This record gives sequence, C-alpha cells and structure tokens, in this order.
Amino acid sequence: MKTRRSTKAPQPGYRIERMTLGNGLRVVLSPDPTSPVVAVAVYYDVGMRSEPQGRTGFAHLFEHLMFQGSASLGKTEHFTYVQGNGGTLNGSTHVDYTNYYEVLPSEATELALFLEADRMRSVAVTQENLDNQIAVVQNEIRVNVLNRPYGGFPWLLVPPVLFDDFANSHNGYGDFVDLESSTLEDARGFFKRYYAPGNAVLTVVGDIDVEQVKGWVQQHFGDIPARKVPKRPSFREPMPTQERRHTAHDRLAPAPAVAIAWRTPDPADLTTFLPYVVLAEVLTDGDASRLQERMLLQDRSATHISGYLGLLGDPLDARDPTPFLLEVHHPEETPVDTVLATVDEEVRRLATGGLDHAELDRTIARMTARYLRDIDSVLGRATTMAVFEQQRDRAELVNELPGLLRQVTPQQVQEAAATLTKDTRTVLELRPGAEA
Amino acid sequence: MSNARPVPPLAQPRTPKLPSVAERTLDNGLRVLAVRRPGVPLAELRLRIPFAGPSGSSGRAFTAQASLLGDTLMSGTDRRDAATLAADVQALGAQLSASTDADRLGFGGSVLVAGLPGLLELLGEVLTSASYPKHEVLGERDRLVQELAIYRSQAAVVAREALLRRLYGEHPYGRELPTADEVEDVKPASLRALHAKRVAPAGSILTIVGDLPPGKALDHVEQYLSGWTAASKAYETPPLPEAQQQPALLLDRPGAVQTTLRMAASAPSRADADYAPFVLANLVFGGYFSSRWVANIREDKGYTYSPHAQVEHPPAGSRITVSADVSTPTTAPALLETLYELGRVATTPVTQAELDQARRYAVGSLALGTSSQAGLASTLSQLAGAGLGIEYLRDYPRQLAAVTVEDALAAASRYLAPNRLTTVLVGDVAQVEAPLRTLVDVELG
Repeated sequence: MKTRRSTKAPQPGYRIERMTLGNGLRVVLSPDPTSPVVAVAVYYDVGMRSEPQGRTGFAHLFEHLMFQGSASLGKTEHFTYVQGNGGTLNGSTHVDYTNYYEVLPSEATELALFLEADRMRSVAVTQENLDNQIAVVQNEIRVNVLNRPYGGFPWLLVPPVLFDDFANSHNGYGDFVDLESSTLEDARGFFKRYYAPGNAVLTVVGDIDVEQVKGWVQQHFGDIPARKVPKRPSFREPMPTQERRHTAHDRLAPAPAVAIAWRTPDPADLTTFLPYVVLAEVLTDGDASRLQERMLLQDRSATHISGYLGLLGDPLDARDPTPFLLEVHHPEETPVDTVLATVDEEVRRLATGGLDHAELDRTIARMTARYLRDIDSVLGRATTMAVFEQQRDRAELVNELPGLLRQVTPQQVQEAAATLTKDTRTVLELRPGAEA
Repeated sequence: MSNARPVPPLAQPRTPKLPSVAERTLDNGLRVLAVRRPGVPLAELRLRIPFAGPSGSSGRAFTAQASLLGDTLMSGTDRRDAATLAADVQALGAQLSASTDADRLGFGGSVLVAGLPGLLELLGEVLTSASYPKHEVLGERDRLVQELAIYRSQAAVVAREALLRRLYGEHPYGRELPTADEVEDVKPASLRALHAKRVAPAGSILTIVGDLPPGKALDHVEQYLSGWTAASKAYETPPLPEAQQQPALLLDRPGAVQTTLRMAASAPSRADADYAPFVLANLVFGGYFSSRWVANIREDKGYTYSPHAQVEHPPAGSRITVSADVSTPTTAPALLETLYELGRVATTPVTQAELDQARRYAVGSLALGTSSQAGLASTLSQLAGAGLGIEYLRDYPRQLAAVTVEDALAAASRYLAPNRLTTVLVGDVAQVEAPLRTLVDVELG
C-alpha cells in the first residue's frame, strides 16, 4: 500500500449565523438537519484565574450553584426539565471560562433557551443549597484527587511550580477552608460581576430553523438587563528563565511519574501557536511518534506518555499564559533523570534534524480526523464554536482549523522544538508513597 | 416565585428516520453491516470477534493471554514492524486499537473516508499475519504488569474486582483482569497459537458507519477481508452461576477519605419483556441525575458527588450496578438511604409523572446516542453483538411507551429489591465498620 499525500485538507462547511442582543449577549447559530437533536451552550468569560485570594475553587463552586435554582425555577428543576424531555446536560469550569450546555431532541430547543436565559437573568441560591453544594464539591475533590492515585497530576501540581502569580498558580479546585468560607454574598457578587449577558456567548447548533431560533433568543434573553462587562485583566507573567523543579509525594501511587512543562507563546496568534500544538503530537501521538517509539517501543523506559497544550488538555481553549505539557509514567527502575535526558535528547534531535513532510503530513492527518470526529457531534460543535467566538471573535474557525493545521511547516515545528530547552522547563516529579 | 415565567411547551417531535443498514456475509463467515451517515468526511469501524474463555483455572491463563494479545496485536505483521504499522495507520488519518474483555476481542477505529480502503487493508494484514515479535511482546508484558499495578491502586477498580468475584466466582466474568503472575507466565508463542485458534471471521461482526455509500463500504470490506480465512468453532461464554445472598464485603483502604460503595445484581437483557419496565424503574430510583437517589444522597444530603445506577449487558447475563463514592463519616448513612430508596422503588409504586419523565429521558437518550457517526457505530455494533437489528431503535421506544406504573413496580420488586444486591465497600475499616454493622451483616475481606 502506498501512502499518498492528500493535497487538500478536508474543510467542513458548517453554516454560521450571528446576532448580538441589545444587552450585549453574543449569539452563534449553526443549523444542521442531519439528526433531530440540538445542542445549546453558554460560555461565561470567567474561570479559575479570576478567583480572588481566599476563594480558591470559587468559580467551580459557583458553576454548581447555577444548577440550584434561578428566576423561575426551583432547585433540581433545571435537571428535570432537560432530562425529563430526553436531554443531557452539564457544566464545567476552566482556567478562562465556565460553560453550561444541554443536548436535547430538537423539539425542546425553545425550552433549552428558556432554561439558560432564566439563570442568566438571576440565580437563586439559599444558604441551605450553598452548604449542600460545598459538601458535594468537597466530595468531587475527594473522588477525583484525594482518594485517587495521581489525582490532580499534573493539572493541580504543575501550576504552583510553573507560574508565580496567584491567578495562574493557585489550586482551581479549591482549598477546603476557602470553599467552606464561601458565602451567599460572594455568590451574588460573582454573578453580578461576571455573569452579565455581555460577558457571555450563546451557541445553538443542530436541527434548527435559524429565523425561529433568533426569535426565541430575542424573546427569552432580550429583556435580561445589560450590566457592565468587567474588563478582562491580563494574566501575563514573565517567562521562566531557569529550570524549576519540585517533587510531590503520592501515598496512593504505586509507580513514579513526571510532568515536564514549558510556557508556550501567546495562543492569540495561531500562526506561532499551532506549530506547538502539532509538536506535541509529533512527540507523543501513537507508536510512531518520537517519544513513544523511543521510550515505549525501543528503550522500554516508560509505560505511558502523553503530550498536550493547556492544563486541561484543550490547546485552543485557554489564553496566555498556558503550558506545553509532557506527562511520563515510568517504572521505578528508570531513574527520572534518564526520562528527562531521553526527552531532552529527542527534543534536541527534532530541533536540530527537523522532520520530513511525510512525518508532518501523517501527524496532521490524524489530528484533523480527530478534530472532525469531535465536531461531528452537535455538542462538540457547539462548544468549539463558543470558545472560538468568545476568545477569538471567530466561530468560523470551526471550519477553518483543518486548513490552518495544513499550513504548519516542518520548519515551524522544528523551531518550536528548539524552544523546549532544559533551562526553561519546569519539572514536577511524582514519587510513589508517603513523604519520607 | 412571584416573577416566575411560564416554561415554554415542546414543539412537535420530528420522528427520526430509521437508518438503512446494508448487510453482507462474506464467504469466510464475517458478517458486515454498513450505514451511510452524512456529516464529517470520516468512517467509523467496529469489529467484534467472539473471544470468551473457559471457566475455572484454565480460564485464568486464557484471560492473561487474551489481555496481552489485545495489547500486542498491532505490534507487527509479516510485512511491517510496530512503528511502521502505526505510521501507516496515522497517515490515513486513522486510529485503530484492539482490546479484549471477557466475551470478545474488539477493534475500534475511525478514518478519513478516503482512507477506508487503506485501513481495511491494514486491518486484514493484522488479522491474518500479526507476528507477535518477541521483543515487543516481552516489553508489552512488562508494561501490562505496571499498568495493572496502577489500575489496581484505584479504589474503584479494587471494588469492581471484588464485586465481580463475589457475583461470578471462577466464571470468566469474575476475573476480568489477570494477575501480574499470570501475565508474566505468557509466552510470545502462546499468543501466536491463540491468534491462530481464535481470531477468526466466523461469528464476527464488522460495523461501518460513515459518509460513504454503504454498498461501497461493503465492497471495500469484501476486497480486503475475504482473505481472512481462519477456521474456528463457536466459543460461547459459559453460563453464569446462581446468585447467592452474602454479607456485605468490606475491604480496608486505611486513611481513605471516602468509601467506594458498589452494589450489583443480575438484570434483564434488552430482549427480555421485563427490560423496558426495569429501565424505567431504575431511572426513577437512581439511573439518571433527576432520580430519587441522587436527589436524596447528593442534592439533599451532600454525601457524594456522582452516584449512579448503571445497566451493563455482557452476553451471558445483564447486570445492574449501583455506585457511589461517599465521604467516610457518611458511609453508613449513605448506605441506609440507598437501601431505603431501593426498597421504596421495589415496594411502592412510582408516580405517573416520575414514570413519564423517565420514559422521555430513555427515548431521548437513544436519539442523542445515535446522532453522531461514532455513537451510531457503537450502538449498532453493540446491538448486533446482542443479536438485535436496527429495528430495535424503532421498537424499544414503543416498548417504553407501553410501560405502566404497575409494570415498573413489578420489575423493580423483581430486580431492585435491596436483599438481592451483592454489596462491596472499600474504605477505612477503622472508621466505617462499626456503623455499617448496625445496618447489614459485614464480612471483612
């Protein structure tokens, strides 16, 4: 079988319509009649980085509170209206945004819009519900971090070493004392400041009639009063100028692991940022990638390797500053310095020897296919469009991304590799067992 | 609320069109299903090969061999080494991976649609000439031992293994995972022998869903997989042992801040007349977020983050599993509320409103789960594995529509009665044992 280089990137052609309401809410609509389902997503431009000192974890706690009742709905009603009409729903908190979404049979499109508008209008939290959700969030942290081996590795462990400023370095899941100190007053203030309609993007994707949905959006969201939109601060901080190292101990983990992190250039400029996204895949995507072939197939010096951009693994959903991360699980017999030396050697080999078109092409071919697979679901498309619109004013990137990936050159990937040096890296070692 | 606004009504539902499935059985016995689903230019591929092992001690060696076979199937063929094979799959814009469970060897993959013939060619090469090179097999063997240790350091895995052992004993379902010793005993030659004996087209089902004409997909499969001719007899999963009532098993995880609670019992299969009423009763109990149990132990009491009651369908017998990770001090109270909600749904009728809400959720989930190419491919493949066709997507909502409150009560009393569930808890024995003993018989493991 011959491997042919396809000359054209597959280019999705999803239709995109926009409207902006008088209160500042930005709306993106994308019709697709393939299946009788609809996804509705609301992105608020506030995430973990905006939490004040003493309130770590508050953005996430507040996400939970948005399900506890709103202008016209009591506690649990948001869930029962969505699920009781055949849908699914969730929300999630990220470094730069908090999102809420539901997927429903398309006859419930207006219902979904009503539900999101109702909690954008006002959130109704009682002390009892706040206390309840603090307990639920603490149990979320227990199940995902405290009672789990490698819990919070590396997303909670790397930021305090890689970053200096509180906004970037603090624990976004939250300190238990901070969570327990949270008040209704905090919740009201956070809502008022950050959940203004002008600070949000709404996307509606799926089996919809665009004109009809525009009418519903106007009807349900249009009379939410405009509020001042907070100016988003810059969270930039200087790049590290020397190697940083830290060792964490995990009493539940049976084997060591290490995370290696570098800062990337500002993601706002895709031309300089996308080569780093491709670089992570050249190094770690599959048995034919540089680090997997070397460390998993040849040396057998590691048991698991992954590489990605962004603390939570989505390269295109965080603003500056954001990390390039390598995560390596290795047997106790492989010293961590061997792992670091091998990674360094392979990165330098790429930085000096470069890569050929065939290696780049196959890497981008699979990245493209994986991306298309993500946006095949209405929800994947709604969330992708929302973050592109919110952070880049360009929902159209949903269609344009494969073409942009195709423009990345071997030279750019090589230059990106050259910046992953020993003296700018952050190394977070995870040692199994309790601290000696 | 004074300024409450009316919730808008639903529009007229659009009746989904049943996808049309093209089907062909190749001369070698491979059954192939293909569906066109427009959307992104991809094709999804799912292959199921029957791979059940025997009960008893010979089954333990089989489980270890099968696990490692799944990990090394793509480690080389007579024409390509592991890295070349991986690069050639990647160049097609494809991913392809193999895995095994107690019933089958499965391949899952997706590919840019133009690369489908190429991927089928590579799949055919793996199926007919996987070479299990010694260096790769020994390396993957060490890696599997390491991965098993990491896997078993999770409380959820410890609890699942103990639960399945208690339910199924020495049946293959009772030991999904091999031990490190069993893995270390596997030799490369035994994988080649197992492959020759069991990786066969007869009884296997390949499902392809993508943006291409189904006839074309079938032709591609015929071209590249007709040469897969290994002969095999039918291996059925052995029948499950009878369930026995046993005390709750408590395993120690010293210092744990949460207790991992798991309860399970047999459940009706999709083909069973009890299935639709059971699903709805289970949803009302704890099968989705808007259930009584979640409202109770999460949204009222805050004992846990993610309680769920899930139905699984291994071919030898379906299973309901009730799962919650609860904070250590609330372990006994959480079990109390769980037993209460199970007992309530098993002994008193649900309301019509609860039933209708669960019904709409069940129907909607089916529509959402089949709305993407990947979701449709997985659903069709699972149905085919259970002997069900695409009509199930039409018939199951009708079965759900017919369920009455009385039917749901009958199914709940039969399947969700608390005294028939096998219980396992993993937590800090020093803190949770005594309170648990006030509620149930406890056996320390």
